[in-house]
Amino acid sequence: MSAIIEVNDLVKNFGAFCAVDHVSFRVPEGSIFGFLGPNGAGKTTTIKMLTTVLRPTSGTIRVDGYDPTRDQQRVRRSFGIVFQDPSLDDELTAFENMELHAVLYGVAPAERKGKIGALLAFVELADRRNDQVKQFSGGMKRRLELARGLLHQPKILFLDEPTLGLDPQTRNHIWSFIQSLAKEKGVTVFFTTHYMEEADRVADLVAVIDHGKIVAQDPTAELKRKTGSATLEDAFIAVTGHTIREEEASSVDQLRMMGRVWRGRR
Amino acid sequence: MSAIYILWLRQLKRYLRSRSRIVGSLGQPVLFLLALGFGFGPIFAKAGGGSYIQFLAPGIIAMAILFTAVFTGIEIIWDRQFGFLKETLVAPVSRLQIVLGRTLGGATVALLQGAFIFVVCVVAGFRVERVRLVPVALAFMFLIAVLFTAIGTSIASVLEDMQGFQLIMNFIVLPLFFFSDALFPMRGLPKFLRAVLRVNPVTYGVDGIRGALSHGFHFGLGTDFAVLGILTAILLAIGSYLFSRIQL
Repeated sequence: MSAIIEVNDLVKNFGAFCAVDHVSFRVPEGSIFGFLGPNGAGKTTTIKMLTTVLRPTSGTIRVDGYDPTRDQQRVRRSFGIVFQDPSLDDELTAFENMELHAVLYGVAPAERKGKIGALLAFVELADRRNDQVKQFSGGMKRRLELARGLLHQPKILFLDEPTLGLDPQTRNHIWSFIQSLAKEKGVTVFFTTHYMEEADRVADLVAVIDHGKIVAQDPTAELKRKTGSATLEDAFIAVTGHTIREEEASSVDQLRMMGRVWRGRR
Repeated sequence: MSAIYILWLRQLKRYLRSRSRIVGSLGQPVLFLLALGFGFGPIFAKAGGGSYIQFLAPGIIAMAILFTAVFTGIEIIWDRQFGFLKETLVAPVSRLQIVLGRTLGGATVALLQGAFIFVVCVVAGFRVERVRLVPVALAFMFLIAVLFTAIGTSIASVLEDMQGFQLIMNFIVLPLFFFSDALFPMRGLPKFLRAVLRVNPVTYGVDGIRGALSHGFHFGLGTDFAVLGILTAILLAIGSYLFSRIQL
């Protein structure tokens, strides 16, 4: 199979800190690719570079044949993304968030209402479509973000911890849908997760990143066999060790705190 | 085009839905209008300047627009913080469309705010002397709105967080307001102050509104319009450029 994402020798430094350290990997077209790693390993930084919003320090990237640092528009047209952090507009309703996305991604006006309705029904938010998102619980917001990511049918779907904070029912529901997208529509899925049993069940192949370096890159069965592990979780620990990682609060996290204080005062 | 429209609409919806914001940001201009307008009114009249409200009201309208516009521009920082910025940045639309949508949206909000204050001024005793020039005043109000939303956008594009907020307020917004002809006439000012006022775009905006509504133009309609128009175009270009360089 040809690779729809190709990364060679990718490096990203933040000052003296090397977040992504000479990373190379390939994602075959139509596969479900699990990008795994402990907290702060460089997963999100890598996704940011693949999705044109962060410039690499060095190295080359090809997404759908284009370079995200040069052909940004072309690359943007090829993927959909569900971010790790919330990215909804809280003041808008569920429907308005979906509609805005549909317009930005050029979903044909005639199809918009039907598609939005179907997806909201799929994530069981149909009866809340006209409520402002700020009234939603964390899980509901997550479901809405997922629905939004599926609205325009992209070639590649980036999912950064898509099922974080969701109950097993919803997780199953969503993964079976994503799997069917890959199988029937040939969508390539690039996801990160901390739920190893989830990765084990859905991923065709995984890459494990730790301290900014790729430490394993195999089909899931192969990785388990190599490390002599019964589960992917054991294999993951075998390649990344037992140390618990501390993540520093990013400036964005700090901002979010300040924002809460500020908004509360308004 | 539709991307510009939907982002414009978003700004407008957000504004109309937060009543506390509407009321809150009306407070300051109204306070200025009442305290200064009635407080300095007698002195101003004694000094031969005529009615102070007639002079001051256009300045206060410009103030409301200036403050609102800069802050709606700066809202990009909030969007970055609450995540929505990401949603627009990965979308397959040009950065220029995003900036235009946002800026026009912010400017519309600021214009609405200015229109409210306009009404408040009339209630407080401001008399529109040339009703047929009201559209000219509105045009100037809109230009100020776009110009300062673009300035807000430019600032927000290079700031990572709200730490610089006080800095912007105290070293950009307030000086722009106080060192303009919003509160006092240019005639008879010390030379250096007059020079400062001359390079401040707010001066031309206030002069445009005041010229159209009450006192007549100090610089002339053409000059006011040209200065503001050219500056607005330049700032829009700078804002778009800086916004296009945002990384997450």
